[in-house]
Amino acid sequence: MSLYPITTAHYVILSGALLLIGAAGLLMRRNIIVMLMAIELILNAVNINLVAFSKHWQQVTGQVFAIFVITVAVAEAAVGLGILIALFRHRGTVIADEIDLLKW
Amino acid sequence: MQFNNLFSILPAAVLALFGCVLLLLRFDSSRPYLIFLAFAELLAAIGLWRQTDFLGFTGFRGAILIDPFGIAFNAICLVAGLICAVGAYRYMEREDEDHPEFYGLILLAQSGMYLMNSGTELITVFIGLEITAVSFYSLTGFLRSNPRSSEAALKYLLLGAFSSGLLLYGFSILYGLSGSTHYLNIASMLATRNSRDPLILMAILPIVLGLLFKIAAAPLHMWAPDAYEGAPTPVTAYLATASKAAGFALLLRLILGPLHDLRPAWEGLITFAAIASLTVGNLAAITQSSTKRLLAYSSIGHVGYILLGLVAGNKTGIEAMLLYLLVYTLMTTGAFLLLSALDREGVTDFRGLLYRHPGVALLMILLLLSLAGLPPTAGFVAKYMIFLSLVQARQYWVAVIAALYVAVSLYYYFRIIREMLHNPDDSPATLTISTGWRAAVGLTAILSLGLGLNPEPVLAWARSALR
Amino acid sequence: MDAALFYTFAAITLAGALATVTRRNPVHCALGLIFSLLGVAGLFLLQAAELLFAVQILLYVGGVMVLFLFVIMLIHLEQAARLRQYSRQWPVALAALFAVFLEIYVLAQSGLPGLPPSPQPRLNAGGNTERIADSLFYVYALPFEAASLLLLIAIVGAVWLARKKEQPQ
Repeated sequence: MSLYPITTAHYVILSGALLLIGAAGLLMRRNIIVMLMAIELILNAVNINLVAFSKHWQQVTGQVFAIFVITVAVAEAAVGLGILIALFRHRGTVIADEIDLLKW
Repeated sequence: MQFNNLFSILPAAVLALFGCVLLLLRFDSSRPYLIFLAFAELLAAIGLWRQTDFLGFTGFRGAILIDPFGIAFNAICLVAGLICAVGAYRYMEREDEDHPEFYGLILLAQSGMYLMNSGTELITVFIGLEITAVSFYSLTGFLRSNPRSSEAALKYLLLGAFSSGLLLYGFSILYGLSGSTHYLNIASMLATRNSRDPLILMAILPIVLGLLFKIAAAPLHMWAPDAYEGAPTPVTAYLATASKAAGFALLLRLILGPLHDLRPAWEGLITFAAIASLTVGNLAAITQSSTKRLLAYSSIGHVGYILLGLVAGNKTGIEAMLLYLLVYTLMTTGAFLLLSALDREGVTDFRGLLYRHPGVALLMILLLLSLAGLPPTAGFVAKYMIFLSLVQARQYWVAVIAALYVAVSLYYYFRIIREMLHNPDDSPATLTISTGWRAAVGLTAILSLGLGLNPEPVLAWARSALR
Repeated sequence: MDAALFYTFAAITLAGALATVTRRNPVHCALGLIFSLLGVAGLFLLQAAELLFAVQILLYVGGVMVLFLFVIMLIHLEQAARLRQYSRQWPVALAALFAVFLEIYVLAQSGLPGLPPSPQPRLNAGGNTERIADSLFYVYALPFEAASLLLLIAIVGAVWLARKKEQPQ
């Protein structure tokens, strides 16, 4: 595959790289807020895929799917931050493995 | 015949509507909420029953399919939701959190499960899955003053969101391969594909992994014991049964539908997950000192048995999965709810229960025997069907391994029974029992025995669900 | 021209993402995430997804990031920035990373094998927003309604979890 012209495959590779960074961040960071941000990265990787395939098939279904993914990302972030605040009230920390259950 | 779109989602609409209204109500006791919830479940059940006259119809341009399969899974989820809510109120009063939001979220989660069970379109099932998941994140962390509850919710959320991301990634590739989100179109576009195709693997691997997480199968089970332990016990009962059943419905609809001809691509992974779940669940349960964790690990083991039906892959296997899920739902909700009545959760806290509360102890023994799969209980019938399907599919080695783990599971279930037979010590755990709890746990225990003595109705039910 | 823009936006996206998962200070992480999201928005524009471009900036960068920054400010994090930043999950992470690397390698070798060729360009015939609205309210009416329910549940859940339990007087 060549660097030029840009094809759907380029977008899928970029999406894979973003997925990789997001998954690595989620699995390896200890700061819970950063872990929640890594989830946003993963969902953005999905959106890149969806929009690229939407262009490929010349239909907007993929873009509609991406709108739903953004909705879900917002809902998860809101609940996640809500739990985080409750937890911070109890423990005074946002470091994952200082919270007993969050060792995995 | 005029077929209305709204009719195809009537049960979900009723559940969502009542769930929303429930959020607005304020009463002094939790009884009105319960009556309200039971009424909503009843209406949803009637809607579901009416759907049997419209089999094969689709709603919302193919987003919802009305078929016996979906109706059967929805029935399992309705039963689980009703049992858990009815058995929960005294527990929530004890924890001083008996608020309408609890019952509202139970109903709203149920409407999401309806979309998972009956949806035949990627976006619909995904939104349904997220409705269920977000409700369960909130329910798991519902005891705000208890740090364990919040921690469990956070762990569940972080890993749950990760698995949703994986699942979505798979969905996006599936959409890329077929240019459509409807199962029927995906199936026809995938029909010509080879199962060794890298793009196919890129789609199937994340989808199956994401769904294995949702049903808490090893090797993606690590959230389950912690989330189950930290969550309020009735929520654990609900999470371990209804949410799992809906996850299985989604998995089966995909794997037996669009992905069916690509069996070589997912067969190995499913077999590995089944054996790993049996191993992890049964071996880890042996050493647990908390009953809640013990039951959590044993539920991972049960997922392994259910997945074996898919490993066999024949008609008996799928029937056995459905039957096992129903029986599992009954005995697991019963066992967790029974545990919720005790104020402590250690295995040793069952000590002397037989002498202090013989009725409760007998119910627990019945449920444990069924979980262990001993005749004449329903658990035996379910396991028998799974083994039968494995033998029919000539998967003898898998059957032998699974049979060995039945022997292992006997050990840890009997640990609890042995504690109950011991003499009580100085400070026994106290029981808080309500009428609703009696009805809910009694029903599950009686059915666990009754369906074992006369399994014909459920066998016929499972057969009819797969017509 | 397209290629230059693609590589620019891709670089912004990946650099922002790397900053998000490696910076010590959570505020810097949030800034990295904003850059990454803006890069993705640029990629949307390149692919003629104008509505998503606007949604990405307004909703994600405007809404979600404010939420993140708000929480970061609410719970002071000075001590978190000084601690060890990475957990000891190397085996799990490496296995996950290996799978994704493999995927990227295969794709870079062969492109997207067997993907049917693109049909005639008709993506935005009649306007991008109009097409999306058609699809959203016609084909995907059910998930659209269900998504409103999802947001309601998220609001109830977030408020319930974040609020302090009232102490009886």
